[in-house]
Parts: sequence; structure tokens; C-alpha cells
Amino acid sequence: MSNFPFLSVLTVAPLVGALVVALLPRSRPDLAKLVAFGWSLLVLVLSVVMWFAFSAGGDRFQFRESYPWIPNWGVNFTFEVDGIALVMLMLIAILVPLVILASWHDAEASKRSVPAYFALLLVLECTMIGVFAAADVFLFYVFFEVMLVPMYFLIGSYGGHQRQYAAVKFFLYSLVGGLFMLAAVIGLWVVGGKTFDWQALSQAEFATDTARWLFLGFFVAFAIKAPFFPFHTWLPDAGGAAPAGAAALLVGVLDKVGTFGILRYCLPLFPEASRWFAPWALALGVIGIIYAALLAVGQNDLKRLVSYTSIAHFGFIGIGIFAFTTQAGTGAVLYMLNHGLATGLLFLVVGMLIARRGSALISDFGGAGKLVPVLAGVLFFAGLASLALPGTAPFVSEFLVLIGTFTVNKPVAVIATLGIILAAAYVLWMVQRTTQGTLNPALTEVEGMRRDLTLREKVVVAPLIALIVLLGFYPKPVTDVINPAVQATMQDVGKSDPAPEVGSVQEAAK
Amino acid sequence: MSELKLPSIDYAALAPILIMLGAALVGILVEAFVPRRLRNAVQLGLALVAMLAAIVMVILNADARLITIGGAIAVDGPTLFLQGAILVLAVMALLLVGERTVERGGAFVAHAAVTAESAEDRRQAEGVGGATEVYPLMSFAIAGMLIFVAANDLLTMFIALEVFSLPLYLLCALARRRRLLSQEAALKYFMLGAYASAFFLFGVALIYGFTSGIPGRGAGVDFATVHAAVTDSSSSPVLLFAGMALLAIGLLFKAAAAPFHVWTPDVYQGAPTPVTGFMAACTKVAAFGALLRVFHVAFAGASWDFTPVLGAIAVLTMLVGAVLAVTQTDIKRLLAYSSIANAGYLLVGVLAPSREGLSGTMFYLAAYGFSVLAAFAVVTLVRDADGEATHLSRWAGLGRRSPFFAAIFTFILLAFAGIPLTSGFTSKFAVFGPALEANQAWLVIAGVLTSMVLAFPYLRVVVMMWLSEPGESTPTVTVPGALTSAALVIGVVATLALGVVPGPLLDLTTGAAEFVR
Repeated sequence: MSNFPFLSVLTVAPLVGALVVALLPRSRPDLAKLVAFGWSLLVLVLSVVMWFAFSAGGDRFQFRESYPWIPNWGVNFTFEVDGIALVMLMLIAILVPLVILASWHDAEASKRSVPAYFALLLVLECTMIGVFAAADVFLFYVFFEVMLVPMYFLIGSYGGHQRQYAAVKFFLYSLVGGLFMLAAVIGLWVVGGKTFDWQALSQAEFATDTARWLFLGFFVAFAIKAPFFPFHTWLPDAGGAAPAGAAALLVGVLDKVGTFGILRYCLPLFPEASRWFAPWALALGVIGIIYAALLAVGQNDLKRLVSYTSIAHFGFIGIGIFAFTTQAGTGAVLYMLNHGLATGLLFLVVGMLIARRGSALISDFGGAGKLVPVLAGVLFFAGLASLALPGTAPFVSEFLVLIGTFTVNKPVAVIATLGIILAAAYVLWMVQRTTQGTLNPALTEVEGMRRDLTLREKVVVAPLIALIVLLGFYPKPVTDVINPAVQATMQDVGKSDPAPEVGSVQEAAK
Repeated sequence: MSELKLPSIDYAALAPILIMLGAALVGILVEAFVPRRLRNAVQLGLALVAMLAAIVMVILNADARLITIGGAIAVDGPTLFLQGAILVLAVMALLLVGERTVERGGAFVAHAAVTAESAEDRRQAEGVGGATEVYPLMSFAIAGMLIFVAANDLLTMFIALEVFSLPLYLLCALARRRRLLSQEAALKYFMLGAYASAFFLFGVALIYGFTSGIPGRGAGVDFATVHAAVTDSSSSPVLLFAGMALLAIGLLFKAAAAPFHVWTPDVYQGAPTPVTGFMAACTKVAAFGALLRVFHVAFAGASWDFTPVLGAIAVLTMLVGAVLAVTQTDIKRLLAYSSIANAGYLLVGVLAPSREGLSGTMFYLAAYGFSVLAAFAVVTLVRDADGEATHLSRWAGLGRRSPFFAAIFTFILLAFAGIPLTSGFTSKFAVFGPALEANQAWLVIAGVLTSMVLAFPYLRVVVMMWLSEPGESTPTVTVPGALTSAALVIGVVATLALGVVPGPLLDLTTGAAEFVR
């Protein structure tokens, strides 16, 4: 079974599905939805099979496939995954069907082609899987850039208020980062011996200055994508304007490409430069945590608020990566998964709330829990998961990041901890102002607010809630997969974990 | 009296040029003898057959590496590849020129005095047939371009320059709509083009003077002599530098590089759109073909001297093209500035003096030609009662009215922006890689930075087409005739294919990337 070409099939399958859906007549929107949903379930099933075919204790990279593409430049279709990429692929495979289900009626609202909306979602899934599965730098770059196109149209054609502005801003920011990366990719190719193969490049040695410049090229692209402070300004606009489903994918998966890219490309390829730049990256992470959290507290637009919380969470992931300890690194990767689940859930629930009220402004709500108690409860849960309450999955990852960082860099860990307090503030205030307190009389007049969660919406939120709770109590299956990959990455950087103090005393005693 | 010694002539190697010249001459006879009603079909058929025959001859010559006709013409890899590219792109342009169903009577005026909507203009629309001089003029221009990229001495190159420039000046004046704009464009192009030619010729004279200053050698303007003179360190470089600068001005004018670009937007806007496409694709190939040969063959020994200057021009060109494109409100002017910026990227390739650099530049030329012709093909289709609607505001909501053509145009714009899986990306990679290898990192960084700026105007058009609501004045897209469809399909398929599987063409350009000396 492990000989099955999982990765290329996983990449191509959504694209085929997208073509099928796009070719369906515009007059059959329901058929398009069903086909798209069915197709994404198929991808999910395949991913689950792959998850079990992956041997956690085996090689760092598995399922390698390689086909020649542009021999003149040494470009190949090379796919392989380590534990980190595998976890991200699972996240995509889980989120996409749920997003399709959650966006069931989103496309109708825009008066545009319904099949096209779902086809774009599947194209997006194809590029997202490709970007995580690629093991050829050129191929990675191609997916990284092409990914923008479906997202651009999802935001621009199906988004809400200010969608044009947001779509263009999103595209330009990402393209700018991408072009910096292109320069670095070309540079890497020239100094790395005209190959794009990750394995070969990770063995290559670069001059110190060259490596630092190349690192910077990649890092800027990933920092914009992630986004880290101060490259983050596009996310609130894009997240605020995108339809809720697309926003969940944007924040839940697309942005992880940035942090994944740092782990996969910046650290192993340019270890010296990574260590040299690490203090700067840590500073950006810490600033991001505090600054974005403060902005989130002050937001009046639900979707923008969730976007800002994400920027704060990306700060945590950033410091987890650049602390260079296995604990913090594992925490960061786990955070990437958990943030995808928790924020994805939060975006979807907020989307349901907004769809009912017809407005994203917090001030238009108030006491909504009295009208839609189940929805309010789910919102509360998603909020708690987002602020990393113990018992939910994000707690595990945030805790790992903080203790992993504390062992090597106490000030950063201490300042970052303040972010947890701010997280409690913005989540609880949001929940209080929307669903608690006295009922806003305007709400009772809105038709949609009288309807609590439908069966479809329950099906959307249930798996996410279950996963968040499950991984909150028992993250071992995931950490088992992540740990070896993170350890290998840390070895590439040339950092070893600080030896526990007790251990060193015992050593001395011998 | 000494015996006159005739140079040996390899007619097979010259066949593509001879075929196009012959077709142009026959075309003039057709004008004289064939009845008016049949002329269009006969001329179109003649030009098409001649071009296809020339392409066949280029392919048959594929392995030729020789210098013939007394050292005037070099037939080698770059010559043959560029000739093939010019011819293939010219076929596409010819299909646009020959289109008669999009606008009844065609896009060309019968003669200068006819104004739009006049009685004579209406007769043309009813089928009397418009100006068919377009075809022989185009054939002459193509023949000139074929010589231009093959020229092995500076005088032949100058004559070729004139042979392809003069018909282009005329072609620019032939637009049936917006006559004044078209005539202004032609006059501007002619005046500035004449200056550029004069610069070029003066440069040739100075280079001749430079070569004659070297003791023990004969003077001459063929590339072998110039090359030998340049590498001979005993000579004073003043004449060389002055001559090189003047030659470069003449060539960079045709290539539309800043600061010799000022004609481009006006001419691109005023010329009939099929001719604009022809200029943007074929003239660019010819101009850069000549630039490559002059700087890689004749002046290779002086690369330390010209590289910084040309590099500065490349950066300036990219910057001017990208920044001014942002402010444009007319689609043809926008594409003109984009073509200027692309000239800058091509110069980056010219400055990578390796086999890969040459190969990448040629790849870029071919790939860009396909995309830009497809773009202008779409421009000919977006029209209202007054002809083409080129103002950008008129394109608002086009995606809703004509999703198919808007999608095609979006794809081409994404290619111009350099998004992967389009030829725009692979060709940028093909020139930036060798440039970085040649330690021209600053050019690559400038290229990347201007690409970011340039992405904005392209994106603005995409936003206009898809995300804006169609207004009252949004024109519809005319269903294209068979000829335009064919050109459009060729352009789009090539743009996609060269983006997804650039391997075969890269093999071709790499194999061709060696000059004979």
C-alpha cells in the first residue's frame, strides 16, 4: 500500500473534481454542490488511508515520487512528506469538506455562478495540497503562487463589503512576497548547483552572506504569507471581506504555508542564517502577539476580530519555530494544526452568525444567545478553544511553545504569556457583547435569528469540536508524527535541546 | 583591370528572405492586376503561403551554420530560431490583419483621405474591399526583419533596418477608425525612427573609422573585422565608444527601451490593432535579435565597457515601463508600457553573456510574442459602434458580459504578471537565472521589484473585468471570425504550453544559442 502514489493522486484529484464541477451547467447548482462535497470526501478518505500508511517511526520523508518536468533546469515533479506536511495535509482534507458544507448557500447570495464557487474551492484544495506535498523548490514556488489565483477570485467575486479592495490587496501582498522568493529561488538554483531538489539542496553549503540574502528572500515571502507583524495588514481586510468558508481556509490553511515554509525551507537550507536572524524573528513574533491581540480587543467587525486573533496566534507559532527546541518546535507545528481547527471553527461559526444577522458588526448583536442558544454555545466553545483553555487542543500547543521557549529564552516566553491574558480579553468580550447580556431588540425582528443551528450546520461544527476536544486530551497520535520531523529540522539548524538540569547532575554524579 | 570576383551565394540559406521579398513583389503585381473584389483573398493567401513556405525553409535549414553572400549574412542557430519566431508570429499577426468579419471591410483604410463613416468608408464596409496594400507592406517588413536578425555586417543591418521600418511607418497610418490618431502615430514614428536610423548610420561610420585606425588590418564594418579591432588593445577606444553608443541608440529605439521609448505608447495606440500586435511581437524579436548579435559577436570584447551602461538602461526601462503603466487608462497604452517594461527584462537577458543567457532571451522573445499577439487579438474584439473600445473604464464588467474572452484576457494578463504555469513565468526565469549567474544580481532585483509594480495595472484590468458591475457603456465582445479565433487559440495555447512544458522550446533555444563568427 505504501507504494501507492498518494501525493500525486491527492494533488490531482481535487483538480479533476474542479473541472467536473466547473463543467456542470449553471442551472444545476445543487448537483454542483453535491459533486464538490462528494469529491472532497473522497480526498478525505484517501488522506486518512495515507495517514495510516505513514509510519511514524520510519524515514523522515515518505511517499517520495519524482517525475521529470523541465529537464533543462533540473525541475521535477517531486513529492514527499514528513510528519509536519502530513499533519497539514490532514488538516486540509478535513477542513475542505466542512467548508463546502458550511458554504452551501454562500454562493447564491452573490448572484454569481454557483458551480464556479465550488470549483474554485476544489482548485484551491489542489494547490494547497501541492504546496505541502512538493519536495522540489520550483514546484513549491509554482503552487505557492498559483494558490493566489483561486483565492483572489473567491474573495473578489464572492466576498462581502470592500471585496475588490481586499482581493487586490491580498493578491499584491502575496505576489510581492512571492517575487522576493522568486529572486531567492533563482539565486538558490544558481549557487546550489542547478538543482531544485530539496534533498540535494539541503546538503549544499552556501557562503555566509549568500545564505543570509537567500534566507531573507524566502523569509519575507513566508512572513507576508503567515502573516507576521509588520507584514500583516492584508489579513484583516482579506479575512473580513472573504466569504466565511474561504476565510476559514485562508486563515486555517493558506497562512500555514508561511510557517511551514519557514520550517521546511528557511531552517534546513540556511541553518546559519536562521540562527543569525532568529532574534529578529522572535522579536517580530512577540510584537505580533501583543500588538495583534490589542487590536483584536478593539475590533467591532467579527471577521476582522478573528483575523487579528490569528495574527497573534501566528506570533506564537513564530516564536515556537525560532526558539529552536524540539518542544517549542513540536508545539508550533501542533499549533498550526490546532489553530486551523479552532480558528477554522470560529470563522465558520461567526459566518453562521453573520449570515443570520446580515451584519458582521458586534454592535448589531447583543444577547443573541437567547434566540440561538446552540449557536451561541458553539461560538463560546470556539472562542475558548481559540484562547487555549486547558482541555482544548490549542492549550497543548501553546503550552509546549511556551515551555520550549522558556528553557532557552525566558524574556520572550514571559512577554508571550501576556498574550494569553489578552486572548482571554478579546474572546470573552466578543462572546459577551454578541451572545450574552440583554437582548438587542433589533435582533428579534431579523428573520434569520429565529433559526438555531440546522442539521447541516451541526454536521459542520461537530467534527471540529470533537477533534479539538480529542486532541486537547490525547494529542499523542499527532505528536508522534510531528516529533521526528521537528527533531530532524532542529538537527538541520544545528541546535540541540538544552540538557535538563537534573540529567546533568546525574551525569556529574557518575 | 582586375577581374570582378563574385561572392558565393548559398541560395538555400537565404531562401526564407528571398521568399518573403518575392511574395512582397508579387503582392504589388496583384494590386495592379487582380480585380478589387478578389484582391483581399488573393493577397491573404499569397502572404500566408509565402510565410509558411519560409517557415518550411527555415526548418529545412535547421542545421546550417554558415556565412554567405560575401560575409553579409550569417545563417546560424540564433538567426534561424529568430527567423522562425518572426515568421510564426507574423502568421498570427497576418491572421489578425486578414480578419474581415469582426469589422466589415477590415481594420484598414483604403487611402489616406477616407474618413470614418464617409460614403467611401461605407462602400468599403459593403464589400468593395479596403486597402490590400497591407499585405505586400507586411511582407516587405517581414523580409527586412529576417535580414535584420541575420545581418553579419553593420551596413546590411542598416539596410535591413530601413527595409522593415518604412513599411511599418506606413502600416501605422492605415487605421480606418480614429484616422487622426493613426496618422499622428505614423508621423511620430517616422520622425523619431528617421532620427534613430541617422544615429545608427553615424555609429556605423564611427565604427568604420575605428577599425581603419588599426595598423596592419583592413577597415570594415563586418562583425569579424569589428570584433578583431575591439580585441586589439592598441587602438584608441574613443571612436569605438562613440560608435557603439550611437548604434545602441538606433537599436534600442526599435526595441522600445527607455529613454528611447517615447514613441511607443502613441504609436501602439494610434496604429491599427493588428499592426500594433505585429510590432509588439515581431519588431521586438527583430530588434533584440540584432542587439544580441551586435553585442555578443561584434562588441563581445568590450563587454566590460557596455555592460554597466546597458544595465542602467535596462533598469531605467523596467522602471519607466512599470511605473507609467500604473497610470494608464487606455488598454493599448497600458500594453505599450508593459511592452517597454518587457524590453527591460529582455535587456537583462542580453546582458547575460552565456549560452544560457542567449537561449533564455530567445525563449523570452518567442513566448512574449505569442502572449502579446493574443492580448491584442482580444483588444480587436472588444468593440462598440465606434470601433474598438480601448478605454479601460469601458471594460468594466466585461467578465459578466463575455466570460469566455474575459477569462482568456485574464489568463494573458496573469502571464504578463509572471504567475507560474504561464509562459510569462518561465521566460522570466529563463533570463533572470543566467543574469544572476553572470553576477548581475542588481538587474534581477530591479526586475523583481518592477514586476511587483507592474502587477498592479494588470490586476486593475482583471478587477475591472470581473469585479466591477457592467455599466451602460460596457461594450460586448464581437464573436471573432475564423482568422482571429485561430490567432487567439495559437497565442493562448502557446502561452499555456510554454508555461507548463517549456522543455521542448528550451531544448531548441539551447541548441540554437551559438553564433557563427
